[in-house]
Amino acid sequence: MTIRQLELEVMRYDPEKDEAPWFQNYSVPCEEDWAILDAINYVKENIDTTLSYRWSCHMMVCGSCGMMVNGEPSLTCKTFIRDLPDKVRIEPLENFPIERDLVVVLDDVMQKLHKVQPYIIRKDAPPQDKEFKQSPGALEKFKQYTMCINCMCCYAACPQYGLNQNFIGPAALALAHRYNLDSRDQGKSQRLDILADHDGVWDCSFVGACSEVCPKHVDPAAAIQQMKIDGAMEWWKQKLGFPGGES
Amino acid sequence: MSSQPYVRPFSKTTWYMRKGRYKVYMLREVTCLLVGFYAFLTIAGLAALAKGPNAWISFLVSQQNTAMIAFHAIALLYFLFFQTFAWFKLAPKAMPIQVGGKNLSGQYVVIGHYIAWAVLSAFIFWLAGVI
Repeated sequence: MTIRQLELEVMRYDPEKDEAPWFQNYSVPCEEDWAILDAINYVKENIDTTLSYRWSCHMMVCGSCGMMVNGEPSLTCKTFIRDLPDKVRIEPLENFPIERDLVVVLDDVMQKLHKVQPYIIRKDAPPQDKEFKQSPGALEKFKQYTMCINCMCCYAACPQYGLNQNFIGPAALALAHRYNLDSRDQGKSQRLDILADHDGVWDCSFVGACSEVCPKHVDPAAAIQQMKIDGAMEWWKQKLGFPGGES
Repeated sequence: MSSQPYVRPFSKTTWYMRKGRYKVYMLREVTCLLVGFYAFLTIAGLAALAKGPNAWISFLVSQQNTAMIAFHAIALLYFLFFQTFAWFKLAPKAMPIQVGGKNLSGQYVVIGHYIAWAVLSAFIFWLAGVI
């Protein structure tokens, strides 16, 4: 196996010692098929046990290992060293406060995910003793949005979230849209107040970076633009006195 | 010693200079100034037309100088690259189309926009007596 020497420049921050983050360099002998997460694990196991970061599955499922790799929000288990230069800068996800080293505080986004009511809401009783029926076409409408693993790379890419931390943001809005599009859900109007609020879809200026960086190919920018159209249609229906278009 | 999570500074005035995709976004957004200027020109032209033949000819003459022709040429190219191309490329995001239970590829939505653009342009050229 060929060994390639990688120079990792890693952002460090110890809230009990440091006033501000700083960079520490590590020289890591990498095997050619390694992902950046392997190189970081090598540092932790062989060079510096004090380095803090999140990871779990190493297979693009848990969404824990999102970091900035050379300035790009990336899932480090999916970012391979063969695609990178010999010097790589690793930072915690942008737009989030740094808890310690590469670990960020995610409380704000967790609250926002909860706020959009990401579950099936029924106004009438669910079917008794049988399942909800859903056609493949109805599933196709929202399936891509179910692929989100909450890695929060989209929030790190979104300048609007950087500018206004009250913005609900890409992943939570895409999740809301996922349920709005679900043929089994009846909670669209219930979510509308949150989504159509000032800090909801209208705070998105369609930079589109969220969709570009998503490691799971979810398209939050599309979800948000579709919800803007839905919201505008709903507003006109109310103004013109049409009955609400409840899904 | 801070004992607090560290909040990195975020520049509210220069954030878009940090990354290529942000710069492209700003170039797209800046086209709104040209849209505004063209709206102003259209209104000025209509006002001149309403005033009569002399006002209309003066308006046309005011457009026939090197600076205005250069402005129109730059604005047209800029519109083409950053307004039309950028927005047509993004159109499928706002217009998901399902046919027979399958999501239609966004390419068709983009192609549809270009066809509509060509047809409308041809109509305007026809109205203007160019074709």
